[in-house]
Amino acid sequence: MHRLPPEVKVAATLAFVLAVVATPRHAGWAFAVDAGLVAVVARAAHLPLPTLARRLVVELPFVAFALFLPLVGEAPRTDVPGLGLSLSEPGLWAAWNILVKGTLGVAATVVLASTTSVAELLYGLDRLRVPRAFTTIAGFMVRYGEVITGEARRMRIARLSRGHDPRWIWQARAVASTAGTLFIRSYERGERIHVAMLSRGFTGERPPSSSTVTSPAERPPWLVAAVVPTVAALVAAAALAGVGP
Amino acid sequence: MTAAETSEPVAAPPALDVRGVAYAYPDGHTALRHVDLTIAPGERVALLGPNGAGKTTLILHLNGILLPAAGEVRVGGLPVTKPNLKEVRRRVGVVFQDPDDQLFMPTVRDDVAFGPANLGARGAELDRQVDEALAAVGMADAADRPPHHLSFGQRRRVALATVLAMDPQVLVLDEPTSNLDPAARRDLADILLALPVAAVIATHDLPYALELCPRTVVLDDGEVVADGPTADILADADLLAAHRLELPYGFHPDAVR
Repeated sequence: MHRLPPEVKVAATLAFVLAVVATPRHAGWAFAVDAGLVAVVARAAHLPLPTLARRLVVELPFVAFALFLPLVGEAPRTDVPGLGLSLSEPGLWAAWNILVKGTLGVAATVVLASTTSVAELLYGLDRLRVPRAFTTIAGFMVRYGEVITGEARRMRIARLSRGHDPRWIWQARAVASTAGTLFIRSYERGERIHVAMLSRGFTGERPPSSSTVTSPAERPPWLVAAVVPTVAALVAAAALAGVGP
Repeated sequence: MTAAETSEPVAAPPALDVRGVAYAYPDGHTALRHVDLTIAPGERVALLGPNGAGKTTLILHLNGILLPAAGEVRVGGLPVTKPNLKEVRRRVGVVFQDPDDQLFMPTVRDDVAFGPANLGARGAELDRQVDEALAAVGMADAADRPPHHLSFGQRRRVALATVLAMDPQVLVLDEPTSNLDPAARRDLADILLALPVAAVIATHDLPYALELCPRTVVLDDGEVVADGPTADILADADLLAAHRLELPYGFHPDAVR
């Protein structure tokens, strides 16, 4: 799993997510099969399920939105005995739809991200003919995200060290000017990086990456990688055709 | 000097030749008034001066990031002009003060490959240049790591490798010892002493200048105010005081002569 070429993994994940999204929401059995597929792949990647579950937390904002839908949806409504709640049936279906497809999509992405380094992902996207400009920007984001958060952390610690203890909104001025300073500093850093790049003969076009990591596999194992998305696609097709228990 | 010149019938052009360079920033601040500086092939020169003296501005002229308002810069005889920029930047390798500015690719290997790839190297040739440069700074093991996982000293060495991979004739270092611990400072000195190329080292670290560079140039307020053997300049207390340079407490250049 870890050794598959990145472009193969990216393509397989994308295909799997598309198949899941295409599955009609009433076909509960199809989603069970898809979830089983993700679990099998995670297992093959030696990715512990608790870790996988913890990383699903990024999905929470969408879950909150999904839980909101049954409360405001249209009629027909159904009463929940005991709670005195009246929930909208289309709303319930919409919530289920978001929840199950979102979770499967995020889970598949988490498996991809856990088995592929950022650098490999970028090479994979490069080889899938994603425009250079896009992968370059993504690379910059990853590289300097850490530098800038580090800078922000140091500025915050320096502020706190001088007795700053913001509790009320009108005390946010220092935080706001920190953000402003950080923006200027990042902008200036951008200029310095550009100068450093020019100094090494940069002419506006990023040269192709060199490394051994990037050298494409002789024959990428597309067939192996296609198994999971193909199963998911067949399941989706079957569900669309009305097959199933 | 004249004897040396006559013994060599055809003198090689100087590695760096800066003549009458002046520069003002767009906001009107004059950074360089008049700078003359000639550096022979293989010569190591320390560039000293207080903060704001124009050291960094001068460095940016050496590879054509800035073009002088007056005067001329030549690198190995080649004038630094727009059409020559590519070759100039191959010949002059600049290592900037903050390695985070220099290292921007996802892995060390890709970053070191960036310069030579810009010059057209590909495939096995490119891999060889990258491996050699990383080996020269003792960072071959880190090739596939992301730069932000390295220590500051390691990042500084990788930054040096990114420039060495371009096989420069002149190495320019801006404050190479800033923020380094003494052992990393020592490692860097050993690497620099082993390199056969000409070097300009801008620094506030005067003992470092004395150890690495037989010759020193003092820049202040956009002008060269002293140029001579490093030991002589560091022994001139009046000169140092006049230009806000200071030896570390207890250090005397004669002690290591």
